[in-house]
Amino acid sequence: MNIVVVGCGKIGSMIVSSLVSEGHEVTVIDEKADVISDLTNIYDVMGVCGGGTDFEALEEAGAGDADVFVAVTDSDEVNMLSCNIAAKMGASRTIARVRKPEYNKEKNLAVMKSQLGLSMTINPELLAAHELFNILKLPSAVKLETFSNRNFEMAELILKADSGLCGMRLSDLKGRYKSNFLVCTVTRGEEVTIPTGNFELKNGDKIGIIATHLELQRTLREMGFLQKQAKNVMILGGSKIGFYLARMLTSGGNSVKIIEKQENVCEELSRTLPGAVITHGDGASQELLFEEGIRSVDAFLALTGLDEENILISIFASSQNVPKVISKVNRDEMSAMADRLGLDCTVSPKKIVSDIVVRYARALQNSYGSNVETLYKIADGKAEALEFNVTAESGVAGIPLKDLSLKKGILIAGIIHERRPFIPNGDDEICAGDRVIVVSEQKYLSDLSEILAK
Amino acid sequence: MNHRMVINMTGVIMRLEAVLMIPALIVSLIYKEGTWQYFLITMVCAFAIGQTLSLVSRPKDQRIYARDGFVIVALAWLVLSLVGAVPFFISGEIPSYVDAFFETVSGFTTTGSSILTNVTALTKGMLFWRSFTHWIGGMGIIVLIMAILPTSSGRSMHIMRAEVPGPIVGKLVPKVRDTAKILYLLYVGLTAVEVVFLVFGDMDLYEALVHSFGTAGTGGFGITPGSVGDYGAYSQWVITVFMLMFGVNFNLYYFIVLRRIRTIFKNEELRTYLAVVGISVSVIGFNVYKIYGAFSETLRHSAFQVASIVTTTGYATTDFNLWPQLSKTVLFILMFMGGCAGSTAGGLKVSRVMLLFKMVKNNVKKMLHPRSVTSVRLEGKPIDEATQREVSSYFAMYILIIAVIFAVISFEPAPFNFETNLSAVIACFNNIGPGFDLVGPASSFAAYSGFSKIVLSIAMLLGRLEIYPLLLALTPRTWMKKSS
Repeated sequence: MNIVVVGCGKIGSMIVSSLVSEGHEVTVIDEKADVISDLTNIYDVMGVCGGGTDFEALEEAGAGDADVFVAVTDSDEVNMLSCNIAAKMGASRTIARVRKPEYNKEKNLAVMKSQLGLSMTINPELLAAHELFNILKLPSAVKLETFSNRNFEMAELILKADSGLCGMRLSDLKGRYKSNFLVCTVTRGEEVTIPTGNFELKNGDKIGIIATHLELQRTLREMGFLQKQAKNVMILGGSKIGFYLARMLTSGGNSVKIIEKQENVCEELSRTLPGAVITHGDGASQELLFEEGIRSVDAFLALTGLDEENILISIFASSQNVPKVISKVNRDEMSAMADRLGLDCTVSPKKIVSDIVVRYARALQNSYGSNVETLYKIADGKAEALEFNVTAESGVAGIPLKDLSLKKGILIAGIIHERRPFIPNGDDEICAGDRVIVVSEQKYLSDLSEILAK
Repeated sequence: MNHRMVINMTGVIMRLEAVLMIPALIVSLIYKEGTWQYFLITMVCAFAIGQTLSLVSRPKDQRIYARDGFVIVALAWLVLSLVGAVPFFISGEIPSYVDAFFETVSGFTTTGSSILTNVTALTKGMLFWRSFTHWIGGMGIIVLIMAILPTSSGRSMHIMRAEVPGPIVGKLVPKVRDTAKILYLLYVGLTAVEVVFLVFGDMDLYEALVHSFGTAGTGGFGITPGSVGDYGAYSQWVITVFMLMFGVNFNLYYFIVLRRIRTIFKNEELRTYLAVVGISVSVIGFNVYKIYGAFSETLRHSAFQVASIVTTTGYATTDFNLWPQLSKTVLFILMFMGGCAGSTAGGLKVSRVMLLFKMVKNNVKKMLHPRSVTSVRLEGKPIDEATQREVSSYFAMYILIIAVIFAVISFEPAPFNFETNLSAVIACFNNIGPGFDLVGPASSFAAYSGFSKIVLSIAMLLGRLEIYPLLLALTPRTWMKKSS
């Protein structure tokens, strides 16, 4: 598909990188010539040097023929205006990054979307806060992902040495636990596998467990993974993510403490977040953290603007036996390093945004051709979960799953039959009209029939 | 440097060249010439060696950076010429391998300088291969590879940039591969149109094909002693028009496909190119009117020679060595300029010359008004400092290389004189073909010594690849694993 991306900062380049690896035709627009020449050197994209609201630059980039137009510059106003121009030029869909809290009020958004021709607005900080909030609800999971309107949920967990799951074969799990679930991904070291029945779990594996929304809690409880929800949270850095997250947490009755270096930010936060405790101070000082009671919190989040600071302070927090430590790490390379240093739980706003844009582009492409309904990147983007609508021609309907010969690295993880979601076993079969969740190691599946081995 | 990837690409190129010899093989078979076996031997060997190279060097890491790109391109062209010369040599039609190498380099770099004293002595199959090298070299072997093979690396733009001529290389569409495909489709299309036009004249299909290859690549190998002069006025005019067309930036033809005709007329480079051609034709026309007498003949010969030289093709309809001094000087100056950037022509390229002039003008203005803030603009866009620096350093390299090669060639004993040697270097380095005096359109490079032929071959490669790739590949530091 033809996609134009305006603004190639951190988020922009991440979006470009994932769109290119998806095989889309991408054109980038940025005001800085060196940014453009860097990007065109690294990725197979066309570059146009110019402003996002410059009609000529937009015309040169072919914004009028774009299937998706994405504006992610620093400025909300430029993004919206740029999308508006592109929409008027004939771009089919437009996505703008809109970050200011006042624009993100519901009524504001509704008016802007209809008046400016925006198909979608994204607020990276709000999205990141949502993801953090989900993790805090289920602190034992590294990550929680919801599929197909919350019918299914997938939790990523790390197996510790004392877990009963270590050393077990997947086929034995069924007999041991009553609830219905599937282990659909296992990350060992750098490698991600979609395991089969005789796969043996080991200490240190990161596993993805999929279950229906109602059963996931029960499953985790049975496995002994369930911790109570984090009630007492300490947040380092009063950025927008911190603000959104604190607002969500306090409205749910949790106690939140924010530590922020800049005094004026503290004052602003104290006005906007009456339910939270705002502390002015340098979070890098361990003395301050002790004083604020780091040893007694349920969760500690390092959300400052510096990846390095976040990682280092998180390591310190882990050493103080804080049950759940999450750090914001924006650079990809850094997040792999953080993993190696033992920080299993990191979030990256730009990755969340680029996932959303990619998902959007895929969904749109499907309305043109293939029948993937939605796409989720799981296991750090190394595997995918795809939602398909089953048609009679797909060649999988009406055959018990155990008799289907699937390609290697493919798992049918969930079926929604007549609105009832369930985790299938070998005797179940897929009917035409069902929706299925397929987990796949290989990317770029575009049709359900492609899961079958030829 | 990614040695494995470089070797692997070399293997790919050898295999591709084997495939590209198929048309020549077929021509040999059609004309029932015994030479087909030489093509077959070369093809089998090249394919086998290429396959082995690719197998032993299967790269673990496909990443290539700018310098790998340069080296890949430079090696590709060297290997291409070394292998391409083999059929000439083993068939005995060109008895010396150095001569065969010179002829092949001249073919691939679309120069058209020849060491053959009697072209008609060669078989049709060999002459077809000789002209076909022009066609391959015109748009470029790497661009061809990109168009037909799937590229896994996003950094492939590095390679393409090293092969496509011009100061700034843009894309037509977001993907390199699609851009390469579009370029080749346009190239094939235009060539086919020329073949059709020529077949309607006094050429048979074989002659039409061979001459179209020469025009499309702006090469200029003829297959008769008098080059295009041996054909009628109609064919000469068709070739004149097509030579000029292949000297235009191919992006503009894509705009025609997109129906953005106005963009084309606004193109500053095209306007300058046409203006220069127009003025040169008029000046030469007035100057040579006495020789030909008739208006139509004068116009035809002057237009043909101007088009041939400015696009660096090198066909001739008349021996311009016999022209008056003024006309020869005009042609000599045109040799430097060459065609538009992004075309198959050689030379400095019109846009570079324009930039150089504008930069000079700017500097003069700055001297007059020291506090003035100025910018250099091309196609209505300001050109940044980095590009300006690149263009001026390119020009410096260009002059320096001419000087060095000229000095080396000057070791040749008499009868080689100043005019011959200088024009030979200019003609080879700018990928034109014929020079003046002893290397004029009616004679050949045969008399040069083996050493000089190799030096001139290097000059041709330097000119076709716009200096840097070959220069970097010849620098030992590029090959070292240490980054120092």
